[in-house]
Amino acid sequence: MSYIKCLFCKECGREYPVQPLNVCDFCFGPLEVTYDYDAISTVISREKIAQGPHNMWRYHDLLPVDVDNAVDINAGLTPLIKAKNLAKYLGLDELYIKNDSVNPSFSFKDRVVAIASTKALEFGFDTLACASTGNLAGSVAAHAARAGMRAFVFIPSDLERGKILGAAVYGPNLIAVDGSYDDVNRLCSELADNYNWAFVNINMRPYYAEGSKTLGFEVAEQLGWKAPDNCIVPGASGSLFTKIWKGLNEFSSMGLIDSVNTRMFLGQAKGCSPIVTAFDGNDFAIRPVKPNTIAKSLAIGNPADGYYALKVLEETKGSAYAVPEEDVVQGIKDLAEMEGIFTEPAGGVVIATLKHLAKTGQIKPWETTVAFITGNGYKTQEVVENLARPILIKPTFSAFEEAVSVRP
Amino acid sequence: MPKRRTRFTFPPGLITEPVIFNLGSTFQLITNIRRADVRDDMGWVILELEGEVDEIERGLDWVTSLGVRVDPVDGDVVEN
Repeated sequence: MSYIKCLFCKECGREYPVQPLNVCDFCFGPLEVTYDYDAISTVISREKIAQGPHNMWRYHDLLPVDVDNAVDINAGLTPLIKAKNLAKYLGLDELYIKNDSVNPSFSFKDRVVAIASTKALEFGFDTLACASTGNLAGSVAAHAARAGMRAFVFIPSDLERGKILGAAVYGPNLIAVDGSYDDVNRLCSELADNYNWAFVNINMRPYYAEGSKTLGFEVAEQLGWKAPDNCIVPGASGSLFTKIWKGLNEFSSMGLIDSVNTRMFLGQAKGCSPIVTAFDGNDFAIRPVKPNTIAKSLAIGNPADGYYALKVLEETKGSAYAVPEEDVVQGIKDLAEMEGIFTEPAGGVVIATLKHLAKTGQIKPWETTVAFITGNGYKTQEVVENLARPILIKPTFSAFEEAVSVRP
Repeated sequence: MPKRRTRFTFPPGLITEPVIFNLGSTFQLITNIRRADVRDDMGWVILELEGEVDEIERGLDWVTSLGVRVDPVDGDVVEN
């Protein structure tokens, strides 16, 4: 069973019954899920969670779907790794990498799509849809395949073939839209209004977004049932950032961890940093931008949850940083060379933000810091392709020794 | 009659212009404002447009040509 209570508007507070709806009919504000926390508090415990499945569904009491009918491709419970080499390099003692790039479709999107697809089935939809340039497409296609649902994935027509293979293999209907990113955006919003489909991040968005809370739950559990002192999170729509914070606070309100004193830090690439710009201007008004960044997975020029991310930054006394584009690849290299984790540019943004925070003393050596790596580098090899420069030698012993000055 | 929920973001030069009034009077559209934030250097308005689909498209093309940014109220829905 699910303990979901209702939807409520984050702007005007109006409540709505549980239905496929993402915007308040009165003020057009975004809708959020709320739960019967009193009932959950009587059934949830550390022991119950620890005995649950080895994936995100161990937290089902705090999720808006019925776990008995979960669309499960085994998302979640990804490694939390103590990053000793990177910590030493940065002068930190307690640094962890939450490696969410090893989910079944290789990004954190599996968490949100698991919830959206399960809820879509509960509502009786037979079609799962999204507009995507990569990670979301793969996750939607994979979950639809698992659920036996029809999938429609909309992509800009100029998207590189390599980017869509990770979705195409699951057999969705791939629709390439001959238009700009904005045109795809507008079209999909219209389609969502006119087709009886479950668009995961449109009419399913209140439920979809809740999946990101499981990242906060897992980190707290993996740290021995405590919240970290610092979280460093990539910023796109701002939803992931706010939901990790919500997850930590729900755990605390359920008595699973002590009070949360975590500071939340957000990183964006300079070429698409509307949340950071607002933060730096001490302003809560997001000014939409045209993205121009190599961190494509963070290229949201008009972030739906930007305002709410700014509220979390203020509440937690965190900060936001716009990573210079040229530092993104260095961040990818640092994580690969020091910790053996190959991440996409969003992860490079996180590591570059981490370096900035350590260098400027905003995070202290003795504090527990978690950097969230949300996507896999094997999907975006083009951004680091010039690193592949092998030494060419003749097939002789002497040629090897001449080229490489090593001794056994 | 079809309706479209949308968000207009105004650049500084258009903040004092009666863009939404002109949109409603130039095109066969009913404009219905639900939320707004207008400042010295920028402004946004969330509103609903009601009219024939072609007229809504023509109206949105017109405000876009003035320099107003037009977005769905859901924010960007194309995600990576």
